[in-house]
Amino acid sequence: MKYIIAIIQPHRLDEVKKALEDADVHLLTVSNALGRGRQMGFTEVYRGAKEVCGLLKKVKIEVACNEDFVEPVIEAIIKGARTGNIGDGNICP
Amino acid sequence: MNSGDTVWVLVSAALVFIMTPGVALFYGGMARRKNILSILMQCFMIMCLIGVQWVIYGYSLSFGPDTGHGIIGGLDWVGLKGIGLGPHPDYGSTIPHQAFMVFQAMFAILTPALIVGAFAERIKFSAFTFFMLLWATLVYDPIAHWVWSTGGWLKKMGALDFAGGIVVHVSSGISALVMSALIGKRLGYEKQAFTPHNLPITMLGGGLLWFGWFGFNAGSALEAGGIAANAFVTTNISAAAAGLTWALIEWQHHGAPTVLGIVTGAVAGLVSITPACGFVGPLSAVAIGALGGIFSYLAVTALKPRAGYDDSLDVFGVHGIGGMWGTLATGLFAQKAINETGSNGLFFGNSALFLIQGLYLLVCLAYAAAMTWMLFILADALFGMRVSREDEMVGLDLTQHHEASYTVLE
Repeated sequence: MKYIIAIIQPHRLDEVKKALEDADVHLLTVSNALGRGRQMGFTEVYRGAKEVCGLLKKVKIEVACNEDFVEPVIEAIIKGARTGNIGDGNICP
Repeated sequence: MNSGDTVWVLVSAALVFIMTPGVALFYGGMARRKNILSILMQCFMIMCLIGVQWVIYGYSLSFGPDTGHGIIGGLDWVGLKGIGLGPHPDYGSTIPHQAFMVFQAMFAILTPALIVGAFAERIKFSAFTFFMLLWATLVYDPIAHWVWSTGGWLKKMGALDFAGGIVVHVSSGISALVMSALIGKRLGYEKQAFTPHNLPITMLGGGLLWFGWFGFNAGSALEAGGIAANAFVTTNISAAAAGLTWALIEWQHHGAPTVLGIVTGAVAGLVSITPACGFVGPLSAVAIGALGGIFSYLAVTALKPRAGYDDSLDVFGVHGIGGMWGTLATGLFAQKAINETGSNGLFFGNSALFLIQGLYLLVCLAYAAAMTWMLFILADALFGMRVSREDEMVGLDLTQHHEASYTVLE
């Protein structure tokens, strides 16, 4: 068994779900997450006071699967979550 | 008696009433999620506490027959004794005396609720309740008497305050400043982020304030006539001009206008026009609102960080500064052509009014600040004003009221 964790942009969730279904993967867990990459997040301003929170909303996907499904799951997530920006498809084994 | 006037004043009383839940939501959204209920509870407690205090003795101290020097009303009207269904010649000669009394009750409730933002997220509820009862009795009631009652010493001098720039906003604003300085900063202030947890709630509260303010200002005419219409119109203009000003400044300074900014600006504009709304014209209202927005913005973004007090939700910056500016602006922009019972201001050929307004402002600032300081010492000695360090970290909702707004599980 492998436990696959993926952090994606929230607006790609539907595409990732669809790609996983196409790969015959139906079991997944989704949660809201906050995070940042090299580009950092926004600076928030409240009544002139700047708050450098620097975290953006992400979606975390978790899939548990057996060895045969590892590659199809990873490929499906990368395909569905592709945005064309920096950070696409990074894998940390 | 005039049925149109009576309807307007009763409806206005209901409009002013909604401002207290409005200010609760306005502040509540700005607090952190662990403290929103404590803010709502403090405001609701004031609605109940002062709602009773006003009937038992507050109205009598404020508007009862003067005891001799224009300082305080007597106890003749305790328990609303003699407050009949007919008119009182000085307090709305065409409406029932009880309509005037209940209209004023809403002001007495709103004023202490405004201060809640200053010590948000760290005050002990028992000390708060005790303090607010004394504050309403020893700060609000006397100042209302000086300015609005027949025989009040400031009223006799000719000071103008149409709907409560001094009585409501300056008194609460300066008290907020004193309170925030005495109670101290929140744990972690200037070290960690204090971000508003729910700005849609703040916007809802700000909207209710603007809506209720039509009753607050236009209702203060005490009749359904031209002066009420003038106050209604100038109120809307000033709020709009100040909200716009604040948003434009933010756009220039930070690259984007914010919801919190535009709503705060509108409230600053409403405060600024309050003392002037029945005495000034529409273009004066634009100037009063726009400048009120600028002064308030400077107080919140420049003065507060430099002076280092933690007026958590900017009661002083919005109500204190806006109220002071509005009081002085009345001395500049007032016109007898608009309201013949008022006076001309500096821009209309009369410098005396401006000086009276300035004196009036100083007296009320000094009185409210000194009394708040003394009442703080008393409440602190008896109850301890501030919650423990642990309670502050856990949040006031759980530690003071044993409930929570947002749960982890449903």
